[in-house]
Amino acid sequence: MNLDLSWMAWTWPTATFFIVIALLLAGMSVWEYVSPGGNPRVGVLRFETTRGDRLFISLLGSAFIHLAWLGLVGPSLWWALALSVVYAILVFRYA
Amino acid sequence: MDKTWNNKAWFLVLPVLVLVAFSAVIPLMTVVNYSVQDTFGNNQFFWAGTEWFEELLHSDRFWAAMGRNLIFSFIILAIEVPLGIFIALNMPRKGWGVPVCLVLMALPLLVPWNVVGTIWQVFGRTDIGLLGYTLNAIGIDYNYVRDPFDAWMTVIVMDVWHWTSLVVLLCYAGLVSIPDAFYQAAKIDGASRWSVFRYIQLPKMQRVLLIAVLLRFMDSFMIYTEPFVVTGGGPGNSTTFLSIDLVKMALGQFDLGPAAAMSLVYFLIVLLLSWVFYTVMTNYDAER
Repeated sequence: MNLDLSWMAWTWPTATFFIVIALLLAGMSVWEYVSPGGNPRVGVLRFETTRGDRLFISLLGSAFIHLAWLGLVGPSLWWALALSVVYAILVFRYA
Repeated sequence: MDKTWNNKAWFLVLPVLVLVAFSAVIPLMTVVNYSVQDTFGNNQFFWAGTEWFEELLHSDRFWAAMGRNLIFSFIILAIEVPLGIFIALNMPRKGWGVPVCLVLMALPLLVPWNVVGTIWQVFGRTDIGLLGYTLNAIGIDYNYVRDPFDAWMTVIVMDVWHWTSLVVLLCYAGLVSIPDAFYQAAKIDGASRWSVFRYIQLPKMQRVLLIAVLLRFMDSFMIYTEPFVVTGGGPGNSTTFLSIDLVKMALGQFDLGPAAAMSLVYFLIVLLLSWVFYTVMTNYDAER
């Protein structure tokens, strides 16, 4: 079977992006297997979040950080990436 | 009673995962791929990086469409939610009036979007439409093809006609679930009509109201068919909402890269707002 995916217009940067997302999900699954229950807690957001919620908040927030950086600062996104990592760490630590 | 854990049950989720993958994940991946490239057709793509996103975020056209969308959603919610509550409160709770009212309320929801658009497009015409002709006959200068204000009014009234019933039915479901004992207790206490509404009916409707707000917000924020059929986004760009602009860009101009970037930003905004509503709803449940 010839699986032609050229219509999806893959590029290495977008493929890397999705591989990272897939690895994050796989990592979260392993984490859940090792420590089941999702570690629910009430943090600074003042509502209960599980590990999955915290990942979602991190990813969604990171997307908006990147967009804000693009709109307000410029096309170089390395600082936006660094800011997103810091944001994600804060979310996982305190949210 | 302890829950029975059986991990083989996960396999039952597999068909849904496959369906979601084909209907949502793969198209979304493709849109992400398109958003960083340019194409002139023939399956040839050229790397553009973040160019389309930058262009979009600095585009007056995009922010204007976004503004129109937000204003439209706000107006829709401001009208449909109070009106829906008002109608639900005044609907009969027993007798032959119940099925009659429920069927009447459900009717607009059964009409397909493009048919609703066509109905109002004809209804508002000044030459043959009942609404347009009558308004002009009584001296009101109404023409939705020429006047942006009239176009907005038409689109808003059309949406109110089409979707207020949803809010009504949800509120009504919340109201009929209130046991009679609550009303009896209120009567014994001599509670006013307002107090009954404020302290009994409104709290009991709160959950369905949140669902109604969420559904109506998402729907109105993604509205496409009705205004497209009635006004085509005009006059000028006055009723060009994000979805209409997106279709113009993707299919009218064949700018697939910019359209993909716009789709993603649009998707992220809808995702964020839906998550906020969902979180509010689930936390409200948890508090109760």
